[in-house]
Amino acid sequence: MIYRLVWENLKHRPVRTFLSAIFIGISVTLILTIVGLSQGTLGEMQKRSRGTGADILVRPPNSTVLGFTGSMPGGEKIEEVVRSRPHVKLVTGALNVGIGNFQVIAGIKLDEFNAMSGGFHYFEGGPFQREDDLMVDEAFARARNLHAGVTVNLGSGHPWHVCAIVDSGKLSQLFAQLKPLQEMYSATGNVSTIYVQVDNPANIPSVIADLESTLEDYQILSMDQVMDAFNANSVPLLKGFTDVVVGISVIVGFLVVLLTMYTAVLERTREIGILKALGASPGYILGILLREAVLLAVIGTLAGIVMTFGTKWLMYEFASSMLTQVIVPDWWAKSAAISLVGAVLGALYPGLKAAKQDAIEALAYD
Amino acid sequence: MIEIHGLKKVFHTGEVEVHALRGVDLSVAKGEFVAVVGPSGSGKSTLFHILGGLTPPTSGSVHIDGRDLLGMTDAERTGLRKNGVGFVFQKYNLLPTLTAAENIDIARDIAGRRGPRSRQFEDIVKSLGISERMNHKPRELSGGEQQRVAIARAIVNEPALLLADEPTGNLDSENSEAVLKILRDLNNRLGQTILMITHDAEAASFAHRIVRMKDGRILN
Repeated sequence: MIYRLVWENLKHRPVRTFLSAIFIGISVTLILTIVGLSQGTLGEMQKRSRGTGADILVRPPNSTVLGFTGSMPGGEKIEEVVRSRPHVKLVTGALNVGIGNFQVIAGIKLDEFNAMSGGFHYFEGGPFQREDDLMVDEAFARARNLHAGVTVNLGSGHPWHVCAIVDSGKLSQLFAQLKPLQEMYSATGNVSTIYVQVDNPANIPSVIADLESTLEDYQILSMDQVMDAFNANSVPLLKGFTDVVVGISVIVGFLVVLLTMYTAVLERTREIGILKALGASPGYILGILLREAVLLAVIGTLAGIVMTFGTKWLMYEFASSMLTQVIVPDWWAKSAAISLVGAVLGALYPGLKAAKQDAIEALAYD
Repeated sequence: MIEIHGLKKVFHTGEVEVHALRGVDLSVAKGEFVAVVGPSGSGKSTLFHILGGLTPPTSGSVHIDGRDLLGMTDAERTGLRKNGVGFVFQKYNLLPTLTAAENIDIARDIAGRRGPRSRQFEDIVKSLGISERMNHKPRELSGGEQQRVAIARAIVNEPALLLADEPTGNLDSENSEAVLKILRDLNNRLGQTILMITHDAEAASFAHRIVRMKDGRILN
């Protein structure tokens, strides 16, 4: 019976119920979108790193695992040192140049890169012919509506000729030839990262140990270490950001339900008086309002989950191709718990206020 | 059934003391139908609220079915309202979001009587002539029908005492008479003890006994 009353109360004010649920839903969507973006974008980066085919990465001294750009002076000479070490099968260096909006042009030696990664699949055009040739992956091409043969200015002040549209998932979304890129950015002989493939995966630890002793101060990272680094919990900035969004969502849920329940209690003063006259205890009255809040939170959470599919579509259609949002079902229960906490906290004050109302005054209320 | 001796009720509004009841003595036997009449401010509503466990007495003794209301805690008075007393109000006081049947059910639910509706439930709504109106919400019912639903709600938990506060105050003469006949029938047929507060001398004439109040005291 109490659930019937709760449901009818929510139905009685459909616009208020709808708006409250939508607001709770927005806070849930906020959480799921942020987490989905973090996981999706980092997942794409994992995929691209894995797509190089490398087992080991050599990065400049004092660089971070996630530092994509930067320059290693004399990097091409270091490549030769690495190439000379036992069990090293393939070596190639790449110069990553940031062009804004988190976009990076990777300068590569195409033959070496193809040998290590297995090569590109060309949807349009073909390999580099000119010094200003740029290969673009399909996601970037779709986002910017690019085709082979067009000239594009990517904000670097340098026009690029798109020579090919290639498959995604290998190192970067944009590729140029290493030498012209080095010259363009006054980084002749430099690379950002050296990618190493060993002859046998069992030899990875020994090669890492050898490189660490040979190239003191350089960052020698296994691909597994890089994969671990591309985890939302391993990136303090992202984790902190997610925590802040979760906190804001709890506050939004709390305020929405507080306002909804507060106005509901004021509006239903007389009804609360009736229930008290019938013998309803303070716990019974509080229980009604808490159940209403929980139901609002459940409806809001479901709405929020559905809206997340909408934000995913919006990201895909309108946001930078560097931002990839995935649906995160493992966060549905967490976001539901977060909205429930906010809703229950929000319902407590109006609920207690209702429970403590004087029955005679409440019955006299018009 | 009801034994009241030296009942006083004082309200404090700021620094002013309002003596609503100034020593009321009253006995009501089990199965009696008593009407309390008196002008506004005579204290009859305060008496109604105290007997219903809605507010505690200041002093004196009030026993309903052997239970002393003077020393009752809030929780005990809540328990009294749940099972010991049924209310019928002038403004019906039905929950607008629930149907007539659900308005009666909610009283059972509060009293902890869950599960399917009993034969007694069906008998009550049938005897009050509202069987066909059970799935309607209060706004779809006439005043007389709403008051009959309120009476059904008041007696569904078989309270020892039925308190009615101006039960015909919002009704036309035809519906007033119908409601009063229902109360008298409940009293005659089921032996329901009823204490009715009213301004209306004609309504009071349906009771076995009329008690008059003035200035917080019983006159006769």
